[in-house]
Amino acid sequence: MKVTLTVNGKQVSRDVEPRTLLVHFIREDLSLTGTNVGCDTSSCGACTILMGGESVKSCTVLAVQADGAEITTIEGMASADGTMNAVQRAFQENHGLQCGYCTPGMVMASYSLIKENSNLDEAAVREGLEGNLCRCTGYHNIVKAVLAAASEMGA
Amino acid sequence: MTTVQDAVPGVIGTRVLRREDPELLTGEGRFTDDLKIPAALWLGVVRSPFGRAKILSIDTSAAKAAPGVVAVYTATDLQSEWAGPIPSAWQVTPDMKSPAHYPLASGSANYVGDPVAVVVANSPKEAADAVGMVDVEYEQLPAVVDLEDALSDRVVIHSELGTNVSYVWELNPNPDGIKTAFDNAAYVVKERYIQQRLIPAAMEPRSVAVVPSPMGGDYTVYSATQIPHILKVMLGLTVGISESKIRVIAPAVGGGFGSKLDVYPEELLCLALARKHRLPVRWTEERSENSQATIQGRGQVQWIELAADANGKLTGVRADIIADMGGYQQLITAGVPLLGAFLYHGVYDTPAYAFKCTGVYTNKTPTDAYRGAGRPEATYAIERAMDALAVKVGVDTVEIRRRNFIPTESFPYNSPAGLVFDSGDYAANFTQGLNFAGYDALRKKQAEMRASGSKKHLGIGISFFVEMCGLAPSRVLASLNYSAGGWESATVRILPTCKVQVVTGTAPHGQGHETSWAMIAADKLGISPDDVEVLHSDTAISPFGLDTYGSRSLSVGGTAVYIATERVLDKARKIAAHLLEASEEDLDYAGGNFSVKGSPEKVLPLAAVAFESFTAHNLPDGMEPNLEASTSWDPPNFTFPYGTHIAVVEVDEDTGKVDLVRYVAVDDCGNRINPLIVEGQVHGGLAQGIGQALFEEAVYDETGNLLTATLADYLVPSAAELPSFELDHTVTPSPTNPLGVKGIGEAGAIASPPAVMNAIVDALSHFGKINIDMPASPEKVWKAIQATKA
Ligand code: FES
Ligand code: FES
Repeated sequence: MKVTLTVNGKQVSRDVEPRTLLVHFIREDLSLTGTNVGCDTSSCGACTILMGGESVKSCTVLAVQADGAEITTIEGMASADGTMNAVQRAFQENHGLQCGYCTPGMVMASYSLIKENSNLDEAAVREGLEGNLCRCTGYHNIVKAVLAAASEMGA
Repeated sequence: MTTVQDAVPGVIGTRVLRREDPELLTGEGRFTDDLKIPAALWLGVVRSPFGRAKILSIDTSAAKAAPGVVAVYTATDLQSEWAGPIPSAWQVTPDMKSPAHYPLASGSANYVGDPVAVVVANSPKEAADAVGMVDVEYEQLPAVVDLEDALSDRVVIHSELGTNVSYVWELNPNPDGIKTAFDNAAYVVKERYIQQRLIPAAMEPRSVAVVPSPMGGDYTVYSATQIPHILKVMLGLTVGISESKIRVIAPAVGGGFGSKLDVYPEELLCLALARKHRLPVRWTEERSENSQATIQGRGQVQWIELAADANGKLTGVRADIIADMGGYQQLITAGVPLLGAFLYHGVYDTPAYAFKCTGVYTNKTPTDAYRGAGRPEATYAIERAMDALAVKVGVDTVEIRRRNFIPTESFPYNSPAGLVFDSGDYAANFTQGLNFAGYDALRKKQAEMRASGSKKHLGIGISFFVEMCGLAPSRVLASLNYSAGGWESATVRILPTCKVQVVTGTAPHGQGHETSWAMIAADKLGISPDDVEVLHSDTAISPFGLDTYGSRSLSVGGTAVYIATERVLDKARKIAAHLLEASEEDLDYAGGNFSVKGSPEKVLPLAAVAFESFTAHNLPDGMEPNLEASTSWDPPNFTFPYGTHIAVVEVDEDTGKVDLVRYVAVDDCGNRINPLIVEGQVHGGLAQGIGQALFEEAVYDETGNLLTATLADYLVPSAAELPSFELDHTVTPSPTNPLGVKGIGEAGAIASPPAVMNAIVDALSHFGKINIDMPASPEKVWKAIQATKA
């Protein structure tokens, strides 16, 4: 089946098997390997992307279901000259990542959390990121990073 | 802050942001599964669905005929590929019993997930589809799951061994002392604790890709591993390929925690099959495979006994544990309990000490090192037992510790188990920890809550830990029968334009070595860390190394970087002296410049020396060109980080739910190179230790079936389950190495389980004696409360 969608601002068209998950389509067909796979039960959030501006776990969506959609992956977060956005910068400044495997998903989830909520506090960030697992950081610095990015982004 | 000696001024000790981050934050980081490898074949592994079963027959015909399938192999087909069994590097006793263990099981399968056949296909999907078509006929056999049941030999798993007992390892340096201590004790505490099995659950599942060179003969192995160097040696020995023909690269690695400190069947299969098919062969684990086929951690039944005099002062400590090996030995399975064997008396001075460990086989995934490896188990036992002793003696948990701390003046301390604890000021760290947490105020609040009749009960739990890390002096490892050393290597080069290259044998997978090693070299050279590049995790670039585990990388590998830098600088000084026509002793070096004492106008930048050493136009007679130095550093001793951890919980009497409301950690890891990274390591360790205390357990049913194989069933804590952590520190430099560092990677995971459990017991202490094991689920807590009312 043919799917056409906009990925990080560019239109792409590919033939895919109907059973292909969006995450595999992104990683294998589009070679955007920043989006990671951490589980097979939609529990970890490593595959989180933005679809129509909202964060989704791309392992829970079929590529064909994304036909016509606009999606953003971690590769689309920095500006064209490579400058990291506020969330990415805050993760570095607050040491919000160690191995970096959960990080792309964490950044995408955090970005949408900040966009969708004004007045985020620590509890709201912790609840909001419940679907994204990190085994390295204990979340302490991720929470700090998200709060820092939120205040910078004026949320 | 108690500061015995502050970190050296300069870049060391500052919060330098990690250079590793930008590529990981933008999706540029390359993990093994991200690599594009043309023409690669994919493995699919057929695994036993039974804990214990006889393999009666394997029919591969349907799978072989499936689309995209290139080959299907069983153990028999691949027998001639192996030069040896899956390596186990730690024969802890001369008579330790180990079953034969090859990448594919033949005859019988001994845990759920045991590989029995392998599919080779053109794509991962085709491989996965064909795995389901391999028809294996099994005869399910009774399984051994429980450790005490294993010990009884009711069912013997490996009949050729005649028993489930792999080994009995004992340490009893002072048998008379132990006997006297317990005979004459005013108080004896005897406790039984369970260390449940844990699934390490690094977020990146394992992945391996082996690429043969087009001209034949050489292999590049990409693996999500913590141990590229050890892996290279072991792959060569096991697959029968000269080590010099194998290059192992660990690309970005998504966490390990010990689970990637191993030599796995899939790595051996990819290499053997790449040789057979003369094509790249690769494999990436699914999460549910990871739960079964990647090692698990802990798994012990622990008995600990304390003898104390009338003042509650310890006179003897005795531990007797059963350790779960799982179905087979992996790389250091048998040795993991020994890493804790010397520490069951914790930070407390005792004249007599004895330890015994019995390793048993069960029909479960093999165990091996998981964050802390042996030391969390030891810390848990002694720290919970000390609370039990406090109750017996009738003193506060703070007081019992104060009475027993190893006195500050006795460092270096000769421990009753035969170690030499390098440095410490336990009493000072403890006082700082209690003050930081506001201990007295917490006790007051607890009393008020109790008086109010609240159904929520506040509990304060203390854990004071010490670990031995910086693995390890090679001679000590030899005395423990470990079949490798514990040194680490480094090479430092100053290139013609004064850019510096550091090559290390450590293999970071989240710890930020690139940032920290650059800081160490830059600090010594008086230049910016930005001018230092750190190369690692590729055996062609760094041929010697012993990799990353056991909180060893900074104290052993970082020290090697320090020493190699010092040597390079010594050579540069000789050249500078020659160029400045001064004697070496008359040179000062600061901020990247040599200068002559007393003649401030005579200055020579390091860059000029670097260029001169490259052109070699004007070097002292007999001096070789280029600025490069290497070292392999073997530490003279372990390092002994320690600290006070305090957990504050609220337990709901009606539901048994435990709320962790505060967590305070005051660690002493010696000098800190980069506090930002140190704190991150503590946070991550805490989350894993708190996970063990409250949520995590690999649960098996009586047939050996793993009931928690997915992240939906195995409860890795999320942000919502954890509080922010309150950290402080003290600094007692280690005399073991010139950086004065100790190690921090495992501290949080070691100290936190007993802190949390002691807090729960404390919260409910007014109900009576609370018997509870980890994880403290609401159900278990509720039952423990009910048991006191019965
Ligand atoms: S891979 Fe999508 S949630 Fe884990
Ligand atoms: S940084 Fe390693 S899993 Fe989050």
